[in-house]
Amino acid sequence: MTALLDIAGLVTEFRTENGPLTAVKGVDLSIAKGETVALVGESGSGKSVTSLSVMRLIPERVGRIAAGQIMFTGADGTRRDLAQLDQDEMSRIRGRDIAMIFQEPMTSLNPSYRIGAQVAEAARLHRAIGRRAAWDLAVEALAQVEIPDPVARARAFPHELSGGMRQRVMIAMALVCDPVLLIADEPTTALDSTVQLQILALLKRLQAERGMGILFITHNLGVVAEIADTVAVMYGGRIVEAAPRDTIFTAPAHPYTRGLLASLPRVDHAARAAGVVDRLVAIPGSMVDPRHPPPGCDFGPRCAHVTDACRAAVPGLQEVGPGHQTRCLRWSEL
Amino acid sequence: MSGPLLEVEGLKVHFPVGKTLWKPGATVRAVEDVSFTLEKGEVLGLVGESGSGKTTLGRSILRLVEPTGGVVRYDGQDVTAAGPAELRALRSKMQIIFQDPYASLNPRMSVRDILGEALMLHGVGSRADRGARITALLERVGLPGWAADRFPHEFSGGQRQRIGIARALSVGPGFIVADEPVSALDVSIQAQIVNLLSDLRRDLGLSLLFIGHDLSVIEYLCNRVLVLYLGRVMETAPVGPLYTRPRHPYTRALLDAAPVAAPGGQRERIVLTGDIPSPLAPPSGCVFRTRCPFAMPACAEAVPALREVAPGHSVACLRADEIDLASR
Repeated sequence: MTALLDIAGLVTEFRTENGPLTAVKGVDLSIAKGETVALVGESGSGKSVTSLSVMRLIPERVGRIAAGQIMFTGADGTRRDLAQLDQDEMSRIRGRDIAMIFQEPMTSLNPSYRIGAQVAEAARLHRAIGRRAAWDLAVEALAQVEIPDPVARARAFPHELSGGMRQRVMIAMALVCDPVLLIADEPTTALDSTVQLQILALLKRLQAERGMGILFITHNLGVVAEIADTVAVMYGGRIVEAAPRDTIFTAPAHPYTRGLLASLPRVDHAARAAGVVDRLVAIPGSMVDPRHPPPGCDFGPRCAHVTDACRAAVPGLQEVGPGHQTRCLRWSEL
Repeated sequence: MSGPLLEVEGLKVHFPVGKTLWKPGATVRAVEDVSFTLEKGEVLGLVGESGSGKTTLGRSILRLVEPTGGVVRYDGQDVTAAGPAELRALRSKMQIIFQDPYASLNPRMSVRDILGEALMLHGVGSRADRGARITALLERVGLPGWAADRFPHEFSGGQRQRIGIARALSVGPGFIVADEPVSALDVSIQAQIVNLLSDLRRDLGLSLLFIGHDLSVIEYLCNRVLVLYLGRVMETAPVGPLYTRPRHPYTRALLDAAPVAAPGGQRERIVLTGDIPSPLAPPSGCVFRTRCPFAMPACAEAVPALREVAPGHSVACLRADEIDLASR
């Protein structure tokens, strides 16, 4: 089966006063229909820039896709390289075939328009329908995302809704044109965990009904466990490990992935009662500075297992098991 | 000293909203009748959804927000009745760390000036030994001595939070309100700061009120937990019993909602529908009843009292004895 999205060798750089700054350094990623791929990383890892590159939302004067292909199969079956499209062609795909939701819905909604009108506008952008029909479609979309009393709520303004409800509106707006790919950039990060759980369940339900692919960007490994089929871990602009979800948690191969999992607090109350002093295993140091990447492996300076070979060159992705790759020279000995 | 370090009794914070010449306006009861004590060296976790009053409670203890009613005592001294001079003296014993370290550090001041200002305002040490104190403080929070001459923007998020902690420590407090100090940090950095707070508690005998929403961090760091909902205490217990045997449906729902970084085997959970109600119009009786799967008519009638169900374990739920919520 051909993938919905096939990213190969994506390199994205930004213009800065001191010359180009490479934020994404050769990312390969593919998403099948109905699949959820979680792109995991900390701030500065390049995960959001990867998604903005797919959406071609990086303005010309700010940065550019310097290399690579983004092959995408649209709803009509045509396969195109998004990296080569001009902005007119891209604007027909954006919102119709690929939709995106963001972390903070309040900044993406217009405060002075009723939410029904904003969802209807999204529908009318890509469909030849009248105002009346678009409004009805919007109300239906709001019902789809489980907003109570959608007929009345369509007339509400964004500030009248809670954070969770606003994120539902964003999802309604994103899905009103039946996209085949949804890019969700930290959509639940600003929400309470109780509401986060509701939004994740909603996304899962809508995906099961529509069979869309989801690229889910997050830093939260708990959310990954909840929603992902496949996981790609990014560090310093590269994917350092990719694997099916369960493998990431049960058999992580890269020291960074292991470090992330080990740094999550887990408490053994019985051991504690017996006087055992437990200490969190933190990853020392801080995130790689993209202006001054270290020689060789980006994680090298923070890695306990670093050798001269790691510093000599950036390790390639190595096959560890079925669908499981890691960018570490020493994975087999660790 | 015999009593607890910090005593909070019936604390209330009400905010008037929408009052004009013609309209009487309404009252938001952000914190309503909260009582607890904190021992020396103890870490109390404060959890609840946004809008539950966690931050307001933390700030009202330091009188950064004026309480409407109730009493706060630090080491036996009445904080709520303290005059300006007394309050300033008390603030050198009671400090706060904020969520966003960048927003709480003046970008035009070097780290030396930031820490030095705190020392000067509280008259700690002489001018001559301030330099040595600053170096010692930086070392205490795991920063190199040369950090003193740098500015906040030159540091990463984790390092900035260390500066925020150093500033709070500079005046030698016994009690610190830590308002979501690790929420804005990356996962790999979060553990470093949690470890630092844990060391400070142990080495300096600090007491902490730790406000957070990551229940695994709370479980790791805290001795006891207070669960807040719409400004009221739903449950309070030592951390072990609270996590293994919660007695309030809201506590159980919060625990269930925390995503677990482990594959498969999702347990049976209580999933809350909807959002926390507006604090302008809280439900009658038990404020949680509108989202509670166990609510019954009696829950709407009166606010359930917080009653002790086991030593140190109190719960404000009418049905705490009949419903079984044992979790993990």
